[in-house]
Amino acid sequence: MNVQTRNPAADPATHPADSATLALTTSDDAPRRGRDFTLALRIGLPLALFAIVVWSWETYVRVAGVPHYILPAPSRIMETMIADWPLLFGSLLQTLKTTFLGLSLAIMGGVGLAVLLSLSRAIEYSLYPYAVVLQVTPVVAIAPLLLIYLPQETAVLTCAWIVAFFPILSNTTLGLQSVDRNLLELFDLYGSARPKWAPRWLGSFIARVKALYYLRGPAALPYFLGGLKIAGGLALIGAVVAEIAAGSAGAGSGLAYRIIESQFRLNIPRLFAALVLLSVTGVIIFLAMSAFSHMLLRRWHESAISQEK
Amino acid sequence: MTAQTAPSPASTPVARASSDSGSAPRSGAPLVALEGIGKVFQNGTVALSGLDLSIREGEFVSLLGPSGCGKSTALRILAGLIPASRGAIGWAGGGDAEAHQRDIGFVFQEPTLMPWANVADNVYLPLRLRGVSRRAASQAIDSCLSLVGLEQFAKSYPRELSGGMKMRVSIARALSLRPRLLLMDEPFAALDEITRFKLNDDILRLQEEFGCTIVFVTHSVFESVYLSSRIVVMAARPGRIIAEIDVDAPRPRDRDFRTTPAYGDYCRAASEALHGAMGYDEHL
Repeated sequence: MNVQTRNPAADPATHPADSATLALTTSDDAPRRGRDFTLALRIGLPLALFAIVVWSWETYVRVAGVPHYILPAPSRIMETMIADWPLLFGSLLQTLKTTFLGLSLAIMGGVGLAVLLSLSRAIEYSLYPYAVVLQVTPVVAIAPLLLIYLPQETAVLTCAWIVAFFPILSNTTLGLQSVDRNLLELFDLYGSARPKWAPRWLGSFIARVKALYYLRGPAALPYFLGGLKIAGGLALIGAVVAEIAAGSAGAGSGLAYRIIESQFRLNIPRLFAALVLLSVTGVIIFLAMSAFSHMLLRRWHESAISQEK
Repeated sequence: MTAQTAPSPASTPVARASSDSGSAPRSGAPLVALEGIGKVFQNGTVALSGLDLSIREGEFVSLLGPSGCGKSTALRILAGLIPASRGAIGWAGGGDAEAHQRDIGFVFQEPTLMPWANVADNVYLPLRLRGVSRRAASQAIDSCLSLVGLEQFAKSYPRELSGGMKMRVSIARALSLRPRLLLMDEPFAALDEITRFKLNDDILRLQEEFGCTIVFVTHSVFESVYLSSRIVVMAARPGRIIAEIDVDAPRPRDRDFRTTPAYGDYCRAASEALHGAMGYDEHL
């Protein structure tokens, strides 16, 4: 039997382990360079495309002499953005207020209802179908009705709430149900002991609340955050849709209202400026939600863990 | 060799409090007895029929059998996780089963850790559910983690650990309430052999230090012989006990035990019993 103990330090010049180390170093370096390159491409390519599109747009408008009330040049849109900033900024704040108020209410309602549904089958069976009905009915079709029965601001807020509510409810409900079965059994073993004074039904209720707090809640967090990412964007869409529906009623002042108003007045540069602000808002909301989700999950959830190579 | 349910007056009195941290008694006072346990699942499957098994204080009992023989079911009934269809569980000292089942530690086949909590918080869970404050529990957590050699990993998250380490966290969690009875449901089945050997030694050492009674479900003949003071061989359809083998080899055991002739003899005896359990002799 020939058992050989490897000692790379013994003869570094000729030992095979040395060349292995060398090969390891290069193969270790290569993917890292590759990753950096990928990152540069991922940022650089869309920016380059953006620059090309804006430049072509600008050139086309100038060369063909397109009037600004048909298609304004990007430079003109920027000028309008700066000139109309006080007005546009006020509208932006109004839309943001609606969006975040709607989203907050949707979080409270969605999470609250999901918790109720998880605690009681009876509540789940009676309420869930209506939540679905609320979701599948197009919000554009409900908005005019809401505008009749509710004050305008409340109606707009309600629209933002309706569309943002469902993804949070359905995701959180799913999350609350996706706890490891064995963990729940473990919980039965260690946590189900009811206080002596409590009747059986109260004991089982207390056990459910405890399971909710210790197991189902944390397990539902990634699902909830996924719903939140969708709901953030939808709350903005709901707010805009309702503002547009309310637009003809006149009293609104959000960004969507500015768009309608600009269209009536053929102030197309301002329409574009408002549109750009809306897009940027949507992107920022999405990025903020993603960052928030990453922050909460980075230590433990698969979705937030970068691939180790 | 058969299950004895009545406390024999001749047996040496063993203090039931876990004050004796020395070597575990080989055959102490009866701790718990399953009497005529039957289990029929809702879909009509007869998982167990007429199971009689008595566990004595300080024993290491392995339930060995082919899959489907109801060994996990028996363990779950013992833990109170599922009710038996018939039969009774009698605990030493009487009283209702629920109270005694609070003294049980349970280890599943999977580590079953909470991925959102670090190692220390995972071990803390049973104590937390009993209303022990984090401050009061910290010493118990530390000692459980050092029992399984993971004291440096208290702040790690489960995903950062290997399969064997996760299983050791799971064992530490089961020990955190200082249970009198530790139930293990094929805990090492999903691990590689090298890790399993290591954990087998760990679990033997833990029992020496801890002095708890262990019921261990496995489908490995070698594992059951290496660990147990008694092997209970079960057969399927319906689940029942067909043989009990007392492994009288001295404890504490270490790796050298695997090379002794006695080890080989016990393995052969257990294998033969298992073949009987699988109905091989019917085909001959």
